[in-house]
Amino acid sequence: MTTFLLRRVGGMVLTALCLTFVVFFLTNLDPNLEKLAKSEGSVRMSDADVESWLDKNGFSQPLLVRYGQWLGVVPYKHPAPDSDATVTCRAAEPGEEPPTFCGVLEGYWGYSTVFKDRVGGIIGGKIAATGVLMFWVMVVMVPMALLIGVLAGMREGSRTDRSLSTFSIATTATPEYVSGVLFIVIFASSVGGLRWFKGTATSAIDSGVTFENFTLPVLTMALYGMGYIARMTRASMAEVMTAQYIRTARLKGVRFRDVVLKHALRNALIAPFTVIMLQFPWLLTGVVIVETLFNYKGFGWLLVQAAGNNDIDLLLGCSVVAVFVVLVTQLISDIGYVYLNPRIRVR
Amino acid sequence: MSESYDGPILEIENLHISFFTQGGEIPAVMDFSCTVMPGEAMGLVGESGCGKSTVALGVMQDLGKNGRIVGGAIKFKGRDLASYSEEELRQIRGSEIAMIYQEPMASLNPAMKIGRQLMEVPMIHRGMGKQEAYERALEMVTAVKLPDPARILNSYPHQLSGGQQQRIVIAMALMAKPSLLILDEPTTALDVTVEAAIVDLVKELGETYGASMLFISHNLGLVLEVCDRLCVMYSGEAVETGSIRQVFDKMRHPYTQGLFRSIPLPGADKRARPLVSIPGNFPLPNERPPGCNFGPRCAYFETGRCDAKDVPMAEVPGDDRHGTRCFRWNEIDWAAPPAAQESVAAAEPGDVVLKVDDLQKYYEVSRSAFRGGTTRVVKANETLSFEAREAETLAIVGESGCGKSTLAKVLMGLETATGGEVKLANFDISEVEIEKRDTETVAAIQMVFQNPFDTLNPSHTIGAQIMRVLEKFKVGKTQAEREERMLQLLDLVKLPRAFAKRMPRQLSGGQKQRIGIARAFAGDAKVVVADEPVSALDVSVQAAVTQLLMEIQRERRTTMLFISHDLSIVRYLSDRVMVMYLGHVVEIGSTEQVFAPPYHPYTEALLSAVPIADTKVKKRHIVLEGDIPSAMNPPPGCPFQTRCPRKASVPGGLCEREVPPMVTLAEGHRIKCHLPAEVLEAMEPVIQIEATAAE
Repeated sequence: MTTFLLRRVGGMVLTALCLTFVVFFLTNLDPNLEKLAKSEGSVRMSDADVESWLDKNGFSQPLLVRYGQWLGVVPYKHPAPDSDATVTCRAAEPGEEPPTFCGVLEGYWGYSTVFKDRVGGIIGGKIAATGVLMFWVMVVMVPMALLIGVLAGMREGSRTDRSLSTFSIATTATPEYVSGVLFIVIFASSVGGLRWFKGTATSAIDSGVTFENFTLPVLTMALYGMGYIARMTRASMAEVMTAQYIRTARLKGVRFRDVVLKHALRNALIAPFTVIMLQFPWLLTGVVIVETLFNYKGFGWLLVQAAGNNDIDLLLGCSVVAVFVVLVTQLISDIGYVYLNPRIRVR
Repeated sequence: MSESYDGPILEIENLHISFFTQGGEIPAVMDFSCTVMPGEAMGLVGESGCGKSTVALGVMQDLGKNGRIVGGAIKFKGRDLASYSEEELRQIRGSEIAMIYQEPMASLNPAMKIGRQLMEVPMIHRGMGKQEAYERALEMVTAVKLPDPARILNSYPHQLSGGQQQRIVIAMALMAKPSLLILDEPTTALDVTVEAAIVDLVKELGETYGASMLFISHNLGLVLEVCDRLCVMYSGEAVETGSIRQVFDKMRHPYTQGLFRSIPLPGADKRARPLVSIPGNFPLPNERPPGCNFGPRCAYFETGRCDAKDVPMAEVPGDDRHGTRCFRWNEIDWAAPPAAQESVAAAEPGDVVLKVDDLQKYYEVSRSAFRGGTTRVVKANETLSFEAREAETLAIVGESGCGKSTLAKVLMGLETATGGEVKLANFDISEVEIEKRDTETVAAIQMVFQNPFDTLNPSHTIGAQIMRVLEKFKVGKTQAEREERMLQLLDLVKLPRAFAKRMPRQLSGGQKQRIGIARAFAGDAKVVVADEPVSALDVSVQAAVTQLLMEIQRERRTTMLFISHDLSIVRYLSDRVMVMYLGHVVEIGSTEQVFAPPYHPYTEALLSAVPIADTKVKKRHIVLEGDIPSAMNPPPGCPFQTRCPRKASVPGGLCEREVPPMVTLAEGHRIKCHLPAEVLEAMEPVIQIEATAAE
């Protein structure tokens, strides 16, 4: 198991390096840098001005060197062209002696041009906010999806199956911006008349999560994601229910309830488990719409801000987080798979 | 439940079962009756699709969504099962009626430990506590003779071998001491020696626990060993029923007779008992003929009588509950020998065509897909040496994992040898892959595959597929020439020329295998490797295909390597036999030499394990312990030493230390064994035919 983990972690590091490099390359394309120069300096900069601004801010160094600096394996400094001074780490604490290496590995995630703050701190706060949202979405979505999937799959073709399948297809087919708007109209506005919940989740960040401010965003996301998992679970369950060992159990005199719970469930969960794990990265980016709709300032909202304002360091920081989440959930998924399926053994 | 009940355990009266599909009602079982008395073992015999498994599921009242009992009654201990409520049914399933299945791996829950699966039964039906149920499970696992019961209870099904899994399924069925045990082809997926041990166990446990048995099998030999009575089924109907002795020695139905005549018996000489196949094919359930279902294939068919109306079951007077579904049973001369077939003189073997010398094939496997790193070596073939002459049939016999398929792959060039050489007409081909072989070599050594259902491309016509082979082998210069040749090949395998335009799905299994044979002989092959060519076919078709293969081979003076696990058929058609075990050749010699003492101890056990469908045959009973070791981790010394019943006869533990040398016993007869000459000398024949004259 340890060897397996070490190999997997090694693979993950390699993947992370490749992915971040791709993102780094794309965000540092010339047009982006020119835009950055003009937004930081002045819109009416001439080409020569842009050139000198980029020089001055260290953007004219080779791409690999800058990637190394961002990563924190190449010393971050470049001579300021107009003076003898050297430009050093901007992400360091005010008053702190700027370190030689100033990269992600040392914990310096760069400096956001939009928020005029260090990226690490900004992302940390927003990730926490989104984490809370994701947690509640998962708490609602996964048990509901599994329940629907198992109930539908245990008697394939029955009335229960057909109604639950229709329901899950309908929820998956309804995009969040449709269901979200509908929910707000029905449950949180004077149009629907039911003012049960709040149409905004802003207050959740300052004064904590309440039933009132969180129900609608959680429900919007959970419903959308649920249909997919439920369909997967149903298919897997239906297949398991036709397996010979289920017949064995039935002809052993096991009660139908126990056939489902004790014999079928664990086997039927193997496939949906991977899907559930894949939902984490999806949630991370999927929150963009819901967070915007319910004005909840989390990771999705941050991503929109970074992309909209050409905030290179912030974008890079966000992608590091996304890559990390994807890789870690896949590792968990593999380990969980081994646990669920005793036929697979890693040593 | 009523423990004091002493009437029949199971009574099936005029049972009709149908499946309802989109195409309408398809009758699967028609007018089926049988009675199983307490402690009695009833055999249900028939070819695939005859409805025997449907009867079993009917007894279990588990016919699925589409199946329904449309007539008749199944009475369990005098009470009609149809009157049971769902809850009552649940209570007798597993406790009163238990079932043992064909595929042990598939019938055990892969994600549940063996212990829990076993303990569940008494916990549900006897209300036992965990501890008590565990004790009971431990006791049952010991009763089915599995080593280290506690460890087994704590393992998952995939950690056991096929034979061990089947023992677990048996233990599970017996956990609640049922009064009726249904065994649905319990040994079909297992090797012969493992099968023999399982059959032994079933018989023994049946006696110990006093359970009645419904034993479903297509193998008449097995039924003879296990059952007291049997019922032969054909196309949904019981055609003959009676006690074992009556049906085996005094059969009164043409199908039963045909079935017996189409199985080769290892005890009998092929000239005394030629194989006679049943002509034609098994009718599909929706294409049954009017009147007698067997009519179109029956030699005694009488137009206007046999196809006029449904045939009722007729009682054979004077016998104990012996019935036959035939109008003419009284008129047929049952003692008449089968129509004489022209006996083909054995072809005189010519020069050596194929010579294999010290062939080795090792595979390197990494232990886990996740880490690679350390590799282990599977020794699939170890110092194989033999030669095969022109027009000779050399049978290669052994159980799964003995390396016979690897040998075939090396010969065909699908794998290259690790060491040694394979000489085809004095040219070493052991290192030449199939892609690098020239057309002539490829055409010269061809194969007939085990499963005819998967080896034909479903989207091309039969004719096109044979033509393609001819094209590849550069036979014929023009398309027209090849077409003519293709039609000749169809003649050769005795299929109508019209078949050239058909698609594979329109052919039956036997016909598909004939196409496979035609393909193999398309390029005038010098050597044909036939890998279990008939084992996937039904019994009545097997004989015809075997016959055809032999005929073509004799005519063309081809060398045939006949790979099989079925000693009966091997005895019937081969000139020489090579027995393999765990990658080694343990015995080689002419058919007479191998089938008569002195034997290699493995051959001896193998012969004893073959079920023989003849009441006059007496066998010495040898049951091997344990399973075939893994080729990844073979035992030191003699490969067979872990299971050898004669190991004690070799002094000084020699078997555990040294691989025995090849000992020549007679001209051309060699065995790989340490046994001293006097022990070999004293061996008695395993199979003996009782001297009693036929009735």
